[in-house]
Amino acid sequence: MKGNEALSEAAIRAGATLYFGYPITPQNEVAEYMSRRLPTIPGGAYIQAETEVAAINMVYGAVATGRRALTTSSSPGISLMAEGISYLAGSELPAVVVNIMRGGPGLGNINPEQADYFQAVKGGGHGSYRLIVLAPSSVQEMADLTVLAFSLADRYRNPVMVVADGNLGQMMEPVELAERYPSEVDHASWALTGAKERPGRTITSIYLDADEMEAYIRRLYAKYDEVERNEVRFEEYLTEDADAVLVAYGIVSRVVRSAVEELRARGIKAGMVRLITLWPFPKAVLKGLAERVRFFLVCEMSMGQMVEDVQLAVNGQRPVYFYGRSGGNVPTPAEIVAEVAKRV
Amino acid sequence: MQKVFERPKSLTDKPFHYCPGCGHGIVHRMIAEAIDELKLAERTIVISPVGCSVFAYWYFATDNIQAAHGRAPAVATGLKRANPESIVISYQGDGDLASSGTAEIIHAAARGENFTVVFINNAIYGMTGGQMAPTTLVGQASATSPYGRDPKFAGHPLHVSEMLATLKAPRYIERTALNNVANLARTKRAIKKALDLQQKGEGFTFVEVLAMCPTNWGVDPSEAVDWLESSLMPEYPLGVYRDAAPGEVK
Repeated sequence: MKGNEALSEAAIRAGATLYFGYPITPQNEVAEYMSRRLPTIPGGAYIQAETEVAAINMVYGAVATGRRALTTSSSPGISLMAEGISYLAGSELPAVVVNIMRGGPGLGNINPEQADYFQAVKGGGHGSYRLIVLAPSSVQEMADLTVLAFSLADRYRNPVMVVADGNLGQMMEPVELAERYPSEVDHASWALTGAKERPGRTITSIYLDADEMEAYIRRLYAKYDEVERNEVRFEEYLTEDADAVLVAYGIVSRVVRSAVEELRARGIKAGMVRLITLWPFPKAVLKGLAERVRFFLVCEMSMGQMVEDVQLAVNGQRPVYFYGRSGGNVPTPAEIVAEVAKRV
Repeated sequence: MQKVFERPKSLTDKPFHYCPGCGHGIVHRMIAEAIDELKLAERTIVISPVGCSVFAYWYFATDNIQAAHGRAPAVATGLKRANPESIVISYQGDGDLASSGTAEIIHAAARGENFTVVFINNAIYGMTGGQMAPTTLVGQASATSPYGRDPKFAGHPLHVSEMLATLKAPRYIERTALNNVANLARTKRAIKKALDLQQKGEGFTFVEVLAMCPTNWGVDPSEAVDWLESSLMPEYPLGVYRDAAPGEVK
């Protein structure tokens, strides 16, 4: 299956039988898959929105009823969704947004990049909020992390973003899927299902009073603290004895894995931390490794947007270097091997 | 003693925060009456827009959701598609619907979404302090057209009901006004008809209401009614703009 199809089918099996989206390359396979499948499912609907702005607001309406819904887009489209994502976070609604990242800024190109890290992890929209951000690195994870995204969105009543790239979207690999991934969370206490045998309820994000607004924001941040405590996910690869630790996520982590193997074959003790959650960021593992490794090398398909988060975690204890490519160029194992080898 | 006039059950007992002579409270009440008369309260979700009626949810004893500026028809689409049994009312003003949200309203109408839009047109931005709206009349002074709207620079007002009536999908489009008792009755009838059509699953329904904004027009409530009649109504003719099955050319 293609990565984009795997995430689509996983979403459907997670009960997200409502899809709202707008065509943009390189994520069109999702919309095409959904437009084939959803009309055949009872209660399912594929809606081609007039804009990404509308698509994210359709999601806002749909998830307010307690149902699962999906929207997907690519970088410029995600920029248009920023307002709606802020509203979803501000109204504490569980939503899943997938960004199949492409080159930017501006219209950029349709090649794979990872240059929306800041947008996904640091905000994107206005106001005091956080997104949970998941980064798959295989077609299997395109499916698995989509399912996890729905589960985390439900648990924390917060939007979750899955960030992948055109490579992962188009790549074909075998995938195992369960028959169904039902929600473990009951939304009956807040969902808009009609004021039947209960008073009317409201979903909103407006608090005119300064103290009330502050109390609300503090409550959101208490929730984000809980997410940071419970939901950090990463994979360590050959870090036990490593002198050099490479930090990567998504498609780049597969290249880095090959580079680590090549370095090991040359007798250089390299390892990798692969991020699965970009937020919450795996600070503790990097801080721990900083006690014993010689240096870190952050590898990205961007100009180094994740570097400062690694630096913050390492807190000056060890050098943090960067190697990245941009514009749709994927770093090669040989390039990464050379970057490490010249520093050993 | 028999009660002949009481608050509709779908209206809460919170006093309206609106200015004297404002149209919002009148239309809120009509919507609540129509919900009660059609026995829709347990299925209704009202969307509060951005604008003076951002707190419409204080007043409707139904389920409510607040939407970003202009986006209410997209939110309504999501609500209704997720739960087709619900009754969804998108309550919007002219800055919200006819400016920020033109894409959303046109495409919701073009898809024939089965919900009801109540569009309050008072030709001005209320909450932000009386700036020029897309529906502001040529020559009308506002906070951002202090010399009067000049069509050379600011163009001409948008006629939303007329625009939407060019589409094949909408089921029902009517423009009414709040200027006299007869038109108040027509407004109420139009809102009730729209909700009834929605309940029957017949498609997109749209009621534009010409309403007073004495505060931002800079007149007293009674002069506001006069200005609505003498200025707004000639620019925005009242009437039914579409009443036909979706797909039918009219």
